[in-house]
Amino acid sequence: MTDTLRQDVLIIGGGLAGLRAAVTAHDAGADVAVLSKVYPIRSHSGAAQGGVNAALGNHPEGRDDSWQRHAFDTIKGSDYLADQPRAEILARDAPERVLEMEHWGTYFSRFPDGRIAQRPFGGAGFPRTCYAADRTGHQMLHTLYQQCLKREVRFYNEWLLTRVAVHEGRAEGAVALHVPSGEVRGFRADAVLVAGGGHGRIYAKSTNSYVNVGSATAAVFRAGVPLEDMEFVQFHPTTLYGTNILITEGVRGEGGFLLNAEGDRFMARYAPDAMELAPRDIVARAIQTEIREGRGFADGYVALDVRHLGEPKIKERLPGIRQIAVDFAGVDPVEKPIPVQPAQHYSMGGLACDENGGTGVAGLFVVGECSCISVHGANRLGGNSLLETLVFGRRAGERSAQAASSGRAVGVEARLVQSVEEQEQEIEALKERSSGERQIALRREMQRTMNEHVGIFRDEAGLRTAVDRLAELQDRYETVVLDHRGRGFNYDLVDVLELGGMLELAQVTALGALERSECRGSHWRIDHPGRDDQRWLRHTIVSYGEAGRPAARYKDVIITDYSPQEREY
Amino acid sequence: MTSGQHTFRVLRFDPADDETPTYQTYAVEVSPGMTVLEALLRIQAEQDGTLAFRYACRGAVCGSCAMMINGREELACRTQVREASRQGRTVYSGAAREGVEEPANDAQTTTVEPLRNLRVIKDLVVDMEPFFDKLGVVEPWLQPEQSHPSRERRVGPEAWAEAEPYTNCILCACCHSVCPVAEEEPGYLGPAALAQHYRFLADVRDQADEHRLALVDGAEGVNACDFVWNCVHICPRGVPPTKGIAKTRARITRERRQDGRQ
Repeated sequence: MTDTLRQDVLIIGGGLAGLRAAVTAHDAGADVAVLSKVYPIRSHSGAAQGGVNAALGNHPEGRDDSWQRHAFDTIKGSDYLADQPRAEILARDAPERVLEMEHWGTYFSRFPDGRIAQRPFGGAGFPRTCYAADRTGHQMLHTLYQQCLKREVRFYNEWLLTRVAVHEGRAEGAVALHVPSGEVRGFRADAVLVAGGGHGRIYAKSTNSYVNVGSATAAVFRAGVPLEDMEFVQFHPTTLYGTNILITEGVRGEGGFLLNAEGDRFMARYAPDAMELAPRDIVARAIQTEIREGRGFADGYVALDVRHLGEPKIKERLPGIRQIAVDFAGVDPVEKPIPVQPAQHYSMGGLACDENGGTGVAGLFVVGECSCISVHGANRLGGNSLLETLVFGRRAGERSAQAASSGRAVGVEARLVQSVEEQEQEIEALKERSSGERQIALRREMQRTMNEHVGIFRDEAGLRTAVDRLAELQDRYETVVLDHRGRGFNYDLVDVLELGGMLELAQVTALGALERSECRGSHWRIDHPGRDDQRWLRHTIVSYGEAGRPAARYKDVIITDYSPQEREY
Repeated sequence: MTSGQHTFRVLRFDPADDETPTYQTYAVEVSPGMTVLEALLRIQAEQDGTLAFRYACRGAVCGSCAMMINGREELACRTQVREASRQGRTVYSGAAREGVEEPANDAQTTTVEPLRNLRVIKDLVVDMEPFFDKLGVVEPWLQPEQSHPSRERRVGPEAWAEAEPYTNCILCACCHSVCPVAEEEPGYLGPAALAQHYRFLADVRDQADEHRLALVDGAEGVNACDFVWNCVHICPRGVPPTKGIAKTRARITRERRQDGRQ
């Protein structure tokens, strides 16, 4: 047993949200450490392509844009499930946060006059998405990593969070597994800020990195923080057929067309005004409908055509997309349309928190995709997730630094030592288990179940099947065995520990979807057509009830200036 | 290659148990379009849970899964088994390290080894710490004159284009592995760090040129480069480190000449 590692603020996750929070917490005077299961620059934020929204008004057609218009578009896009004051914070702070990234060095694309370039994106009234070609996430992630290097922020790389330490309603640290050595250690902190990212890999088809399994989300959920609106899962309309690698909305923003197998630009039938730039939930359903009704290409995809943009524009604005299409589908978009289909992309839901990432547990903050700060509601607009990491990463970073200076509890050390021992015993027990199945069969079955029954189109029968099957998988999980019983780089163990959390998140998602008998944003119940504000203009809040099973309750949406209307595009 | 059995020969090494690395072979049913990363994941999940390798995004943007595939630095996630075997390379990494016989190659076999010039921690996992330490030496963060002006700094098209290619580096270390100077001079900053150095030197917003040039003017900096261009050819993101190094050296020479005249 080695000593506990100490810091004021412990940040879990080295993606955009975590690093943005680290910069602010450091600048506020806190001793900050970032713990991440991969090297921070490997985080999935780096895969974000199309851009980040801010009403800068740089685009010739965006002169009349304002943060208020941005807030309205976000709220309408959310199908009125967003908490409106928070969507306003997101939009109001956007210009300052994006310009700050430019000042720190982010290599944004530029208009000929040298200002940050902006492009049209889905569901937005003006072209307000700032971009760095089609590698915006990469550019921003590297900028924040560089700013952390400059500040000498401490990094614990390749550590997997297994437990958040909470005592009498107050966070006091965490327990994590060092993947290279197999060592389990306690980390003492006065504030713990979790920015663990999404959990898209609970689905078979996802744009997400293989490492997006929600292990940190599950650890916080187990520590007593409820999950909110988890049934709202974003399916991105255009992912590369075969691998489901993201093909940015920026392709449509630059003028790309969606065509079915009959050569018909079908969006005219679904969103006659916005066409390909309707919000993602609407475009994803349109594509899936074309495929279901037999107008897709044989294996279940449609065509995304950019040939009319011409090679120079494709090279300048969409170089990454071109490379992805060539590398992973053998298609050069200059010559042939890109085969695309919808796939899981983003989780609007997540850990419940206030407008500063604060949770019901003192000293425990959550931010980024793992959280549900409730700015995206039932459907997130493209370009708002990178923005969320900046705006709320900063706020949560500031609050966590304040929480860190607000006093220290007694007996923390001994409790952390005990937590570490419990974790070690859990791992030992796993290693000693001698008969059973390996995790992969369960993982695949969970992913298939989520895709089939908790996908774009949902109904009661399918959702019941999913809930039952996931409960069954949860039981089987108790008998999973390891093939690798060693310590160093035991990815088999990592996979098993993570699968436990994935099953929990999948169950909460399916439960929320089963209960919610309406259509709103990304949640589409074919057996309950129409939005039902009377009954369902509410957030789903799930926590562990009696008998250790997740149970749902509901909370009102915060509505201030924008009364719910029919969503038309 | 159509669907069928394919052999993966993977260099295994666990410093806790092994004195030398050994090749282990696995048979995998491969389908058209399958990548080397997918094959490795299937081996790990279905056949051998002890196999260690890094991965994350599977879309060639995170830089985790760089390794030697049939003797060439590649990102495993974007390398199709079919392509790798079609190349039919017979030149090996020499990562077939001390005393290991280099196996013959054929179209039904793919050989997978760790990157070169970085210590192997386990199997295909190398120690990235020295690589990141070198990056830190070049102070890879913007050093402007004024930290927070009221609006964005304007950057014109030509100035923008000069540094842009270097901003696409994903720090995968393929260039470090293929660099003959890095092999001979462990202290050499290497192509990745020097490309990042040039990224800031060329950035018109950065105002620390004199300081930056001094950072890389030593024997382990730009002067060590032998202009072999391996790094430019191998980079999976099209970053041209050698070009940046050449331009940095030209800048240093020019400044010296100017100093001499003064």
